[in-house]
Amino acid sequence: MSDHMNETKNIMKKKKILPVGHFRGLGAWTFAFFIYLYVPIVVLVFYSFNSNRMVMNWEGFGISWYLKAFSNNNIQQAVLNSLIVATVATACATAIATIGALVLARGGSFKGKTLSLGLITLPLMVPEIVTAVAVLIFFSSIGMNLGLGNVIIAHITFCIPFAFMPIRARLEGMDTTLEQAARDLYATEWETFRFVTVPLLMPGIVAGAMLAFVISLDDFIITLMVGGAGSTTLPVYIYSMIRRGLTPEVNAISTVLLFFSIAIVTAYWIVSKKSQTKTVH
Amino acid sequence: MSTWLPKSASSRRWLGLAPSYIVIGIFMLIPMVIMGVFSFLEPNPYGGVKAVGSFDAYVKLFFEYDLEDQLVFNPGYINIVWRSFQLSIMATVLCLVVGFPVAYYITLQPENKRNFYIYLVTIPFWTNLLIRTFAWIIILGRGGVIELPLQKLGIIDDSLRMMYSDGAIAVGLTYSYLPLMVLPIYASLEKLDFRLLEAASDLYANRWVTMWKVVIPLCKPGVVAGCILVFIPCIGAFIAPNLLGGGKKLMLGSLVQFQFSSARNWPFGAALSMLLLSAVVVSLIFYARAAKKRALMEGEV
Amino acid sequence: MKYIASIFAAAAVALTGGLAKAGGELFIYNWTEYTPPELIEKFEKETGISVSLDTYDSNETLLAKLQAGATGYDLVVPSQNFVPILVGEGLIQKVAVHELPNYKNYKDEWRKPEWDPEQEYSSGWQWGTTSFSYNHELYSGKGESLAEFFEPSEEVRGRLSIFQTPDEVISLANIYLGTEFCSEDPKVMKKIQDMLLAQKDYVVALNSETMSDLLTSGEAIITNHWSGYNRLGRLAGAPITYAYPKEGVVGWFDSLVVPTSAKNVENARTFMNFMMDPVNMAMLTENQGYGDAVKGTEAYYSEEVKTAPEINPPKGLNVVFAPTCSPKAQALIDKVWTKVWQ
Repeated sequence: MSDHMNETKNIMKKKKILPVGHFRGLGAWTFAFFIYLYVPIVVLVFYSFNSNRMVMNWEGFGISWYLKAFSNNNIQQAVLNSLIVATVATACATAIATIGALVLARGGSFKGKTLSLGLITLPLMVPEIVTAVAVLIFFSSIGMNLGLGNVIIAHITFCIPFAFMPIRARLEGMDTTLEQAARDLYATEWETFRFVTVPLLMPGIVAGAMLAFVISLDDFIITLMVGGAGSTTLPVYIYSMIRRGLTPEVNAISTVLLFFSIAIVTAYWIVSKKSQTKTVH
Repeated sequence: MSTWLPKSASSRRWLGLAPSYIVIGIFMLIPMVIMGVFSFLEPNPYGGVKAVGSFDAYVKLFFEYDLEDQLVFNPGYINIVWRSFQLSIMATVLCLVVGFPVAYYITLQPENKRNFYIYLVTIPFWTNLLIRTFAWIIILGRGGVIELPLQKLGIIDDSLRMMYSDGAIAVGLTYSYLPLMVLPIYASLEKLDFRLLEAASDLYANRWVTMWKVVIPLCKPGVVAGCILVFIPCIGAFIAPNLLGGGKKLMLGSLVQFQFSSARNWPFGAALSMLLLSAVVVSLIFYARAAKKRALMEGEV
Repeated sequence: MKYIASIFAAAAVALTGGLAKAGGELFIYNWTEYTPPELIEKFEKETGISVSLDTYDSNETLLAKLQAGATGYDLVVPSQNFVPILVGEGLIQKVAVHELPNYKNYKDEWRKPEWDPEQEYSSGWQWGTTSFSYNHELYSGKGESLAEFFEPSEEVRGRLSIFQTPDEVISLANIYLGTEFCSEDPKVMKKIQDMLLAQKDYVVALNSETMSDLLTSGEAIITNHWSGYNRLGRLAGAPITYAYPKEGVVGWFDSLVVPTSAKNVENARTFMNFMMDPVNMAMLTENQGYGDAVKGTEAYYSEEVKTAPEINPPKGLNVVFAPTCSPKAQALIDKVWTKVWQ
């Protein structure tokens, strides 16, 4: 918003250059994409109102599974654990990945650069079950038993590459003239970083954090293995239901989570609109 | 901040990398070294390993003992690895084809709308993968969301048999990994300076040429990042292949899982993942070499 | 920054929350939805011990976690073939189950089972059987023989589903062929392999998750199935019947055991004793729909549970409980499975 480059870019796009770079059918394609993305979501929300016990066997409309989910402490605790782990892991992994990406994309070429790159992407390259067992053995051999803390540390580790990749992609080829200019105007290093580099990098950071968040929220095997007592997360809860089969209760709790996330987006939408009108004035 | 930051470029570098080094070094590299060692040990009958050195796990990757106890070549495991790679390539290409135009479209939106779209892309992934896959079963299955209306309208009378096919796996896998492609591409596309496109069109380049010569090279880092993020986790995927594909052909992910669970052969599971790790590393090194060469050549021009 | 700090604070509370409670505690590690909340509430009310529950997905996970060292669980629920492994590896401890006051209620036929000959370690939770189910509206057979599963008729082509993991499938194959469980004889295993390869042509999917749904939609008309799971599907309106083939079925028996690393051993014993009271065990069985090992629970059953075919198998049914396989036998099982599905 304070970024004049983008402002001008927007104006340019809106007025004259709009047709350039546009393709016929691009909007339709994106529309189809979102249908593809949301049809399963609509289906799972719909089936959360299934009064039957079998998820996939529609019987009739009912909210019994919501009532059950709201009176089930275990599933609530699991959701809470999932959110705590995902939030903390995302914040830490994104911060670590951002600094790492800055060094690797901006630090020129130095000895050990490729190796560092390899190290950061290592968690990506190992099948989850192997990471899970290996980390479990490591944790227990050093006697680390922090319950949910074990899970958080493991999640930070494997979330780093997911946060790192989009941030680095953003940095690559991003020109440094604005930062140079800021420095020339006697901004301190911190000010330059805070008010120029970070805003420029923001789309990358947002993308990276989003990826880290959904990856953490969905992890099952690693969590199952490394977690101590009291660290059952929602995926662990769901995958351990196989003895009796999934019930629409899981759909119900997922729907609640979904609407929670939509509420966040809406709030963000309103706030960003407000701040925009402010900048215009 | 600037006061306590070290002045020399190299110590700053290491300071910046230190957090990643510490976290991944301790909680990933050391465990992986342990796994590497395990792959050279003998399995303990009930899970775990015995402290006896052995190359059996690696021999088992390529050979087996037949009923007369003769060592013969066994392509079985190699086939499984190869099949998983093929599936990953297919899913990566599909994600790219589906996701790139979307990332591009989002970039064309006014700035305040872009983040909204990005949220829209990620929201479905707040729900558990298993539940999402179940939803696909309801959609694709016999008498499901797609078939039922067609049957009611009398367009079809038998099942379309969409489930348990390679198509179902493709739909499921693509669906599972799409944000991993869209987000990095968006992150690198977003900095695209539209004046470049204008310049290109002034020079009478048509849209497709501009796309190919200007846009794609600029967002290549994002495309590469997206492909890596989709390709590698996809190799180990087993939920979509099992639930939508019927799991009739073993995949690498299930095979490794199996070694650590009911087969109780940890060294073999470890050896399989070392094989996977080296295959991925080798292909990444090749890619990096090629990219470097290209960059050098372009630099000369 | 403030956000992050508050998140850390929340995490710290979550981490230590379990430790803060005064008085007795009990950490149970069990499958999801295998422990009815009302049962836990009753136990907490009667004893003042506060219970915390975590969940796992398979016996193998449980074994791996216990092998890796202390995890802070006081009670875990392995299947019968894992009890000897856990004993052999020194992962569970003797708690003299036979000395518990309510042991008098334990059914005679389940006392001192093969997997715990002195009843030092384990007390029964639930038991059930593994066999196959069929959609009785679409399939013409009656589920009288395992031949219908292993050497199916033409109508089943492309409409048969089997479990994703080999153990129970191969155990059933052993029952069908009359060969011994956990065979180390390559010839026996070759015979099973050939049979599974022939069966493969009929298989539409390998599935251990959504069997009842597969049968309901007609995607499959015969699937591997578990007794209690089948009952839940049937009660939910699925047109399915659980087969009791004349050759027999595979049985499993889950029991409560106490890990060596447990901190609240006495509370664990209290819970074991609590569960051997027919009133409480009936609550569990009523909720789960499997079988139990406590006398007098029938008095508290609902009519449905009393008559459910999945819980009350026909008299004289041959139920074979799978033993623990030797590494050599296990290796052969895995070899066969990889050969068939590679």
